[in-house]
Amino acid sequence: MTQPEVHSSNPPQETQIRPEPGLRSAYRPVFDMSVCDGCGICARECSFNEIRMDTREGKKVPVANRRSCGACHRCEYTCPLGAIHIEENKMALRPHGVWKDSAMQRIHLQAASGAVALTGLGADTEVPNYFDQILFNACQVTNPSIDPQREPMETVTYLGRKAKSLKDVEDIQHFHNALIRLRMPVVFAPMSYGSINLNFQKAMARVAQKKGLLWYSGEGGLHKELYPYRDCVVLQVASGRFGVSQEYLRAGRAYQIKIGQGAKPGIGGHLPGEKVLEGISETRMIPLHSDAISPAPQHDIYSIEDLRLLIYAIKEASGYKPVCVKIAAVHNVAAIASGVVRAGADMIYLDGYRGGSGATPSIVRDHVGIPIELALAAVDQRLRDEHIRDQASIVAAGGIRNSADVMKAVALGADVVAIGTACLLACGCHACQRCSSGKCPWGITTNDPDLSQRLDVDWAEERLTNLLEGWHHEMQEIMGLNGIYDIGSFRGNRLILRGVGLSDRELSILGIQHAGE
Amino acid sequence: MCGIAGLISRQRVKENGKRIKQGIVLQNDRGNGLGAGYAAYGIYPDYADLYAIHVMAMDEESMLEVQSYLQEHFVIQHMEDIPIWNRVIHDHPLVKRFFVEPKESIIKAFPVPVSEDNYTIEKVMAINDRQEGAFVFSSGKDVGVFKGGGTPADIYDFFCLDDYEGYTWLAHNRFPTNTPGWWGGAHPFNLLGWSIVHNGEISSYGINRRYLEGFGYKCRMQTDSEVVAYLLDLLIRRHGLTIEEATLALAPPYWASVEREKDPEVEQRLLALKIIYESAMLNGPFAILAGFDNGMFSITDNTKLRPMTVGLADDYSYFASEVSALYEMEPGLERVITPRAGQPCIVNLDHGAESREAEAPITR
Ligand code: SF4
Ligand code: SF4
Repeated sequence: MTQPEVHSSNPPQETQIRPEPGLRSAYRPVFDMSVCDGCGICARECSFNEIRMDTREGKKVPVANRRSCGACHRCEYTCPLGAIHIEENKMALRPHGVWKDSAMQRIHLQAASGAVALTGLGADTEVPNYFDQILFNACQVTNPSIDPQREPMETVTYLGRKAKSLKDVEDIQHFHNALIRLRMPVVFAPMSYGSINLNFQKAMARVAQKKGLLWYSGEGGLHKELYPYRDCVVLQVASGRFGVSQEYLRAGRAYQIKIGQGAKPGIGGHLPGEKVLEGISETRMIPLHSDAISPAPQHDIYSIEDLRLLIYAIKEASGYKPVCVKIAAVHNVAAIASGVVRAGADMIYLDGYRGGSGATPSIVRDHVGIPIELALAAVDQRLRDEHIRDQASIVAAGGIRNSADVMKAVALGADVVAIGTACLLACGCHACQRCSSGKCPWGITTNDPDLSQRLDVDWAEERLTNLLEGWHHEMQEIMGLNGIYDIGSFRGNRLILRGVGLSDRELSILGIQHAGE
Repeated sequence: MCGIAGLISRQRVKENGKRIKQGIVLQNDRGNGLGAGYAAYGIYPDYADLYAIHVMAMDEESMLEVQSYLQEHFVIQHMEDIPIWNRVIHDHPLVKRFFVEPKESIIKAFPVPVSEDNYTIEKVMAINDRQEGAFVFSSGKDVGVFKGGGTPADIYDFFCLDDYEGYTWLAHNRFPTNTPGWWGGAHPFNLLGWSIVHNGEISSYGINRRYLEGFGYKCRMQTDSEVVAYLLDLLIRRHGLTIEEATLALAPPYWASVEREKDPEVEQRLLALKIIYESAMLNGPFAILAGFDNGMFSITDNTKLRPMTVGLADDYSYFASEVSALYEMEPGLERVITPRAGQPCIVNLDHGAESREAEAPITR
């Protein structure tokens, strides 16, 4: 085992050196000393204190501790001379089929801390990603593809309760009021103020407003500075009821009741008191520095009837805004979804196994729930079989990485797809998975005032806009090459998809054929 | 590429199939000899109130099974072999027709009232779904579809269409790319009074089919076109849309043009149609001609990647893929209309034969 670096050059003889396996990072910054001029920016930028400045031969030099680098690449990007790169700090381990290094490292870490191992983002396991085993069709000869550069290619999507037939629409004004128009089938996933900071929420809110999309507040309430973006926000009512005031219940474009989250199905959340700073305490309506605890279940929902009561209570209170219910994708998700829709939800938000989180026990994140592809396919089919698909829109989330994932989800049956981690990545995140530390070096999942100001709202807005514009073009390309000019004909059109290397069982759950058929 | 021809007499003057044959045979190059078919309205005046069930079967046994199924669920007032002339086409399935009405005792016994139409559809779907080696290819009243593998002229002669008199005729010449050789894949596709002929590919088939399955329709003809007939039945007969609304649901204007609509009431209705019938919308290149008990209409996709022309003369309207075919059916045309992309043309006999506006293309 590598020993932690011992800083004093002369350890006192009587002290026994205690190695601490686990307190060693798997990455390390490497400095090109032929370039480095000792400016010390890296040491300031690294919020994990991996880098300190030392004086060697009268020259200031950066030194790595090799204890806390998580490969966020902040130092690498901020070094003005490009003198830093990050390397794997690999340990030479004798290969073992069972005790792989990740398994071993977790033991070392927990033995050192005695705590539940927390992590951020979504599951990073090898559980199959079905999106990677699904391919699109394309037009050849008999069916001309459409060139999105020359022909209209429409991605307008309406969310909410629709109707089975035109004659079922009694009051057409009412029908339209209950629907939300989106310019494309992508929304920003719920990330609460607290888990991310105001700057990031503001950037998402601005993009949503400008681009005709939606952003979700998450459970942390709606900061007063974000009220101008209320016409495109879905406000959350979660188990902690944070920030739920009379004003809040009037402000949103729609509401979301959070039952579960893909990264941590079945458990609640906990924002430690030290993170409950002024803005957060005010917005969440809790005392400064008090722990913000979201219980695992909503304590007024112990059955589907209770959920129905809450849905209607929110509808009443909000003036009949659409209500969305967010559930984690678990084994019997189709039956649960059907119950939720029958309970009166206008949208059902499915958060899959790979869904992200600011802080979640890695044991839960990595071992609970099912992938969104399977959950989505099962729910869409179930709602159709029960003739209630028109009553609620499906929002699919959990590990959507690119426009192809979006379009595969839409073809499987999603009305819209929510992206969270992709937005973080767009703004500098390098998936170091340390969001729960509150020290996000990119200033995203942190409310530390110094770190937060690293995230410039205008810059983040531009990055998110660019990402969505790029995806939008690609989505139109995928539609066009399938000869489809309106996303409506793509939605639920599973004939467009083919599976590769999937078993009959997997294909039948996904409702798609195998490639070559 | 496929060929389409249609003619309709707004006075319901009947004629045999000669002119429609001319119209479709002229477009021989639009097919490859592997599929053709016709639909005619008004051909069974003696049994006008009965469902005329046309059945194709690969062998005697399958035909008998269908027959006993029909006997079980319907009163068969009359049945006969469909007359054929098989000198040119030797290899063909058996074709038979049954004039039936639902058994009152069964219909009455349902706890909730079931319409005769819905009952009949369900039985037709059940046969097509479950019966090996046989299927129903026509099920309306006073209407018949005649189709199979062959050139338009051969199929015409095979079914002896000189001997039928109808006031509405549809014809199709097929260049099959999906299911060559399968007689069930030939057009027209029919369900009750709806008969459609289609040129193109339906890229939205996957979702159209799932949508229809949710309403009990079963797509078993191995080709995309059949969904159109079922969609018409669902939207018009069951959901009560007007013909015009149905055309707007199946081939809707772009969101951008809907949102440009000045009249807010029209806009709201159009939006609602588009939102509710998203899964019914047809996408891909298509030109479709549809016949129904009281008329005929055409729709094309929004970029009009497949042709459709309309001709008017006296009290007749003519539809065809090519203008020359219009003149082949009626040399003395008064007017030839080329509908714009996405623009439907509707002839609705309900609206009175004298109104010339009714058959003019709807302007969006
Ligand atoms: S800034 Fe990030 S990448 Fe650089 S040393 Fe610190 S933790 Fe490692
Ligand atoms: S948001 Fe920040 S802390 Fe979280 S994974 Fe990304 S860079 Fe790391």
